[in-house]
Amino acid sequence: MKDLSEIIASHPFFSGLDSNYVDLITGCARNVKFSAGDVIAREGQPSTEFYVLRHGRVAVEINAPARAPLVLRTASEGEVVGWSWIFPPHRWQFDISAVTLVRALAFDGKCLRAKCDADPKLGYDMMRRFAQVAASQLQATRLQLLDLYGGRG
Amino acid sequence: MGAEGNVLVSVPPKEHMAPLPVRVLKSHRELADTWTLELDSGPLGAKFAPGQFNMLYVFGVGEIPVSISGDPLNTSRWIHTIRSVGLASAALCATKSGEMVGVRGPYGTCWPMEAAEGNDLLFVCGGLGLAPLRPAILTALRLRERYGRIAVLVGAREPTALLFEKELHVWRGRFDVQVEVTVDSAGRGWFGEVGWVTRLIDHVRFDTDFTYAMVCGPEIMMRLAARDLVERGVAAENVFLSLERNMKCAIALCGHCQYGTTLLCRDGAVLPYSRVASWLGIREL
Repeated sequence: MKDLSEIIASHPFFSGLDSNYVDLITGCARNVKFSAGDVIAREGQPSTEFYVLRHGRVAVEINAPARAPLVLRTASEGEVVGWSWIFPPHRWQFDISAVTLVRALAFDGKCLRAKCDADPKLGYDMMRRFAQVAASQLQATRLQLLDLYGGRG
Repeated sequence: MGAEGNVLVSVPPKEHMAPLPVRVLKSHRELADTWTLELDSGPLGAKFAPGQFNMLYVFGVGEIPVSISGDPLNTSRWIHTIRSVGLASAALCATKSGEMVGVRGPYGTCWPMEAAEGNDLLFVCGGLGLAPLRPAILTALRLRERYGRIAVLVGAREPTALLFEKELHVWRGRFDVQVEVTVDSAGRGWFGEVGWVTRLIDHVRFDTDFTYAMVCGPEIMMRLAARDLVERGVAAENVFLSLERNMKCAIALCGHCQYGTTLLCRDGAVLPYSRVASWLGIREL
């Protein structure tokens, strides 16, 4: 069975991360499992963790009154969910729920922030990785908003 | 063979400007605004290559280019999937079995099925873009042993806007093709992906040195998908797009469909990204 540091080192999100840093951040990680339908996070609640997905699919959702929740996007194996842990006020902006059985690594945000603060090189590396995720999600969201398939397709 | 590997199909003589009257055998509603028409191909048969289009004429209304969405092996009928977006397309969608429409064609270039043999195949489809790719997908699945990995990536507006959904399930049920679907928005009842279609490229394995990608959908989607594929290492010569402009005569006479130095009705609609990449960035084209 792989130990946590091996799992982290082989996950696409941490691709290329210095092995010393892999060992360092492993102390902030734990394995978690969610069943299909489980609520992983609720909008407005403290965002103490982020999730690096190893298996399954989660939905990022928003609730609207008198209607079913809307799925804004999904994330699957190899992706990461949650960046509210980085910035104050450290609260989830959306709901996260498990669409399927989900296996993931949960990282303690406070623990990782402390390590990033103590070692700015690690902090910069983490910030770059999350900025890339945020940028690609923003770009995808803009394209979804265009409703390209609605007209001539 | 064309310089880029796709077959250039000869243009019929000018006297073939007259549409051939054919009977509508069946009209089937695919989606809220999309119909598939099956047209009697008559004694000449529906001989076409995947990616080609016909000019369909509703008498007294107008004529539009429509990609052929049927199986190339089925030569007994022309099959076209049409979205009702304008006068002529709405009239086509409203036709009933037994009524007559005019057909000219087939015209244009085709997906590079022969050139792609021995390679992995990636089909990237957005919205109605699955229709022009369907003949290529059916061909690849029939000649499965000639290709490496095959992946069909489909993007749609929402779950109820998934074209050919039953067929997607059939393809997904095979063990030799990967079908990935994503939608732009969905409710809780949808258990698939929600997100932009190019994100699905991350979900499939392919050898970038030996991959042919065939992309069809809204032009913005094709441009971004092609750029994404090339950034991942797929040769621009091996990424093919189906471009759309205002095709009128379909035999390279009127010039309405000029795109750069090409006339899309003759030199397209299927073109390699290597040939059009620089034009795709020119806003006036």
